[in-house]
Amino acid sequence: MSSAWSWFVIVGTLGSLIVFAVLLFANRRTSGGEDTGHDYDGIKELDNPLPMWWVGMFVLTIVYAIGYLVWYPGLGNVQGTAGWTSLGQWQAEVDRHDERFAPIYARLAAMSPEELASDRVAQQVGRRLFLNHCSTCHGVTAQGGFGFPNLTDGEWIWDSGFDKVKHAVLNGRNGIMPPWGAALGDQGVADVTQYTLSLAGREHDAEAAQRGQAQYNTLCVACHGADGSGNPLLGAPNLTNDIWLYGGSADEIAFTIKNGRNGNMPSFADVLDEQKAHILAGYVTSLSQ
Amino acid sequence: MTEETPYNLEVVRWFAVMTVVWGIVGMAVGVLIAGQLAWPALNFDTSWLSYGRLRPLHTNAVIFAFGGCALMGTAFYVVQRTCRTPLISHGLAKVVFFGWNLVILLAAITLPMGLTTTKEYAELEWPIDILIAVVWVLFGVVFFGTIMKRKIDHIYVANWFYGALIIGVAVLHIFNSLALPVTLTKSYSIYSGAMDAMMQWWYGHNAVGFFLTAGFLGIMYYFVPKQAGRPVYSYRLSIVHFWALIAIYVWAGPHHLHYTSLPDWAQSLGMVMSLVLLAPSWGGMINGIMTLSGAWDKLRTDPILKFLIVSLSFYGMSTFEGPMMSIKTINALSHNTDWTIGHVHSGALGWVAMVSIGAMYHLIPLLYGRDQGQMYSVKLINLHFWLATLGTVLYIASMWVNGLLQGLMWRATSVDGTLTYSFAEAVEASFPGYYVRFIGGSIFLLGMLIMAFNVYKTVRGERRTEEPAPATPLVSPGGANA
Repeated sequence: MSSAWSWFVIVGTLGSLIVFAVLLFANRRTSGGEDTGHDYDGIKELDNPLPMWWVGMFVLTIVYAIGYLVWYPGLGNVQGTAGWTSLGQWQAEVDRHDERFAPIYARLAAMSPEELASDRVAQQVGRRLFLNHCSTCHGVTAQGGFGFPNLTDGEWIWDSGFDKVKHAVLNGRNGIMPPWGAALGDQGVADVTQYTLSLAGREHDAEAAQRGQAQYNTLCVACHGADGSGNPLLGAPNLTNDIWLYGGSADEIAFTIKNGRNGNMPSFADVLDEQKAHILAGYVTSLSQ
Repeated sequence: MTEETPYNLEVVRWFAVMTVVWGIVGMAVGVLIAGQLAWPALNFDTSWLSYGRLRPLHTNAVIFAFGGCALMGTAFYVVQRTCRTPLISHGLAKVVFFGWNLVILLAAITLPMGLTTTKEYAELEWPIDILIAVVWVLFGVVFFGTIMKRKIDHIYVANWFYGALIIGVAVLHIFNSLALPVTLTKSYSIYSGAMDAMMQWWYGHNAVGFFLTAGFLGIMYYFVPKQAGRPVYSYRLSIVHFWALIAIYVWAGPHHLHYTSLPDWAQSLGMVMSLVLLAPSWGGMINGIMTLSGAWDKLRTDPILKFLIVSLSFYGMSTFEGPMMSIKTINALSHNTDWTIGHVHSGALGWVAMVSIGAMYHLIPLLYGRDQGQMYSVKLINLHFWLATLGTVLYIASMWVNGLLQGLMWRATSVDGTLTYSFAEAVEASFPGYYVRFIGGSIFLLGMLIMAFNVYKTVRGERRTEEPAPATPLVSPGGANA
C-alpha cells in the first residue's frame, strides 16, 4: 500500500478512536435525570447520565484497541512491535508440526508394503489419511461410487499392487474414453452396448451383439482388447468382470459409448508428501487383501 | 394537545400486514431448509426445491421482505407521529410499497431458478438491484422529505436511526452491487479476488449493522417507550451510542475474513473495531431496558412489552457474542461452524423478529381504529411470546452445541499429526443439533401462524372476550395524551 493510503488508515483509525474518547469525556456527568422537555408523540426524554460501568467498558475497549494496534500490524504499513504476520504464524505452525511428527513418518515410510499392512500404527495413520484425503470421492468405506473406483474389490483398472497405488496417489490418474456416438450412429451404439453386455456374461440380444462385435473389433479393441479384458497401461477397464465404473445398466453403458468418459483423479503430491503417500498406499492396498 | 394531523396510515397498514405474511413465508422456507439438513430427502431431487437455491430465498425473505416491511411500515408511521406531520406524498409512499413488494416477488421467482450473483445477502441479479436502488431512494425521499417539514424543533432519536438505515443501506447496496451485466440474468462483480471479498463483507456486515441493528433500534426507540408508557431513560446516552454505533460499524467487516488472503492490517482493524463496537451496541439495550424503570411490574402482565424487552435481552446477548467471535483465536474455532448460524439467529429471531412482532402487536390495533393493546386476543399474544422464546432458545442452543462440536472435531489431531475425524464424521455428529434446530424453528413458525390468526381477527374487527388488557396506555383513545 502506498504511504498516502497508509497514512489515511492511520489517521482514520486513531482519529476516530480519539473522537470517541473525547465524545465520552464531553458527556461525563454523574448527576441528572431531569426531563429534557422534549415531547415526541407523547414520548418524553430524561437526561440521565451515561452509566459509568458502560463508559468504563467503552474506554477499556479503546485502550485495548490501541495496545493491539501497537503490538500487531493494523495501522497501515506499521508492522507492529511483535513482528507478527499471518504467514509467519502459518510457517511456524507447519515447522512445529513437521519437527514433532517427522520421526513417526520417517519410521513408517521405511516399512515394506507387507509391514505396513500388518503394523497397527501404520494402519491407523493410513486410515486417517484416507478419511481426510480420499473418502470424499472413494467413500468412507473405500467402496467408491459413480465414477469413483471401489478400492476393496481386488479389481484394479490401472493394475494391482502397492507401487501402482502409490503412483496414483502421487501423480493422479486420467482415464479418458473418447465419444463414439458420431462414428457409430444410434444403431451402432445400441449394437455395441449389446456386445458389451455379452462380454460381461449378461443377458443380451444375440443378433445385435453380433453386429456390435464387428464394430467393437474396429473401434474398441485397441484399448479394451479382443477379449474385453481391458488394458491397465491405458486405464481401460476390464469389460468382462461385470464391474461398472459409470453404471452397468444398458442405458448407462450406451451413454458411455456414445459420449465417452473423462475420469480424473488429481495428484496428491503437493498435499501429501512422498512419506504420507507411501503409508496411504500401504493402507489402500491392504483393503483388498 | 389534541390530535388533528391527518396522518397517512394506509401504506403503513399494508406494510404491517405484509410484515406478517412475509414473516411466515420466510420462516416457513427456513424450517424447510432446516428439515433438509436433517433429512436430505426433503430436497425431493428437484432443483428449485434444493437447499442451495432455497437458502438465499430464506435469508432474503426474512431480512428484506419480513424485516424490510417492518422497517418501512414503522418508519412511515413513526416519522409522521414524531414530526407531527403527514408524509410528504401518499402516492410516493405507495410506489415504495409496491416497488418493494415487486422486488420481493422477483426474488421469490429468480432465486429458486438459480439466478444469483453468489454474493451473500446480495444474490439478486442486476436488474433487480437497480429496482432496489430506485425504490430505496424513493423511501429516503418520502422519509427525509417528511422530516424536513416537521412541526417539532428536534428530530426524535428513532428517526436518526431510520435515517442512518436509509443512507447506510443505499451506500452499501449501490457499491457492493456494482457489476458488469452480460445478459439480463447474468453479471460479473466489478471487484475481484480479496477486494471482492472485502467489499462483500463490508456490505454483509453493515447489512447487519444498518439494516438489522440501526433500523430496528429505530423501532425500539419508538415502541418501547410507547408500550411502557415511560420516558426514554437517557437522551445523552442515545446521542453518544448512535454516533459511536454508526461510525464504528463500518470498520467491522474484515472479521468475516480472518485467516484469509485479506491483508493482515485489515484483519487486525476489523477485529479491534468489532471489540470497540460492544459498548455502542449495548447503549441501545441499556436505554431500552432502563426506560422501563418504575414500570417493571408491567412486564408481568403485558405480553407486548415482554416481546420488546426480551428482544433487547437477545440484542444485548448477540452484540456481546459478536465481538467475542471476532477475536481471532475464538474465530479460528467458530468460523464456518454452526455457531455462526446460532449467532445470526439469536440476532434474527431473538432481536429482529421479536422487536418487530412486539411493534406490530402495538401498531395493528391503532392502524385499524382500535385503542392501544386491543388486539383480538391478548392471551394469544402471550402464547406467541412463549412459543417465540422457546423456539429461539432451542434454535440457538442447538447451534452453539453443534458449532463447538464441529470446531473441536475439525481441529482434533491424533498423535501422528493427522486429523482425527473426517469431515463427514463431523457432519454425522451434527444431526442431533439439526433435529433440535428444526423443532425450534417449527415452534417459532407456529407462533407466527398464531399471530396471523390474531391479526386477521383484529383486522376483521373482532375481539375475544378476555379479562381487560392490563397495560395502561400512554395515549388515551383518540390519540390525545393522557
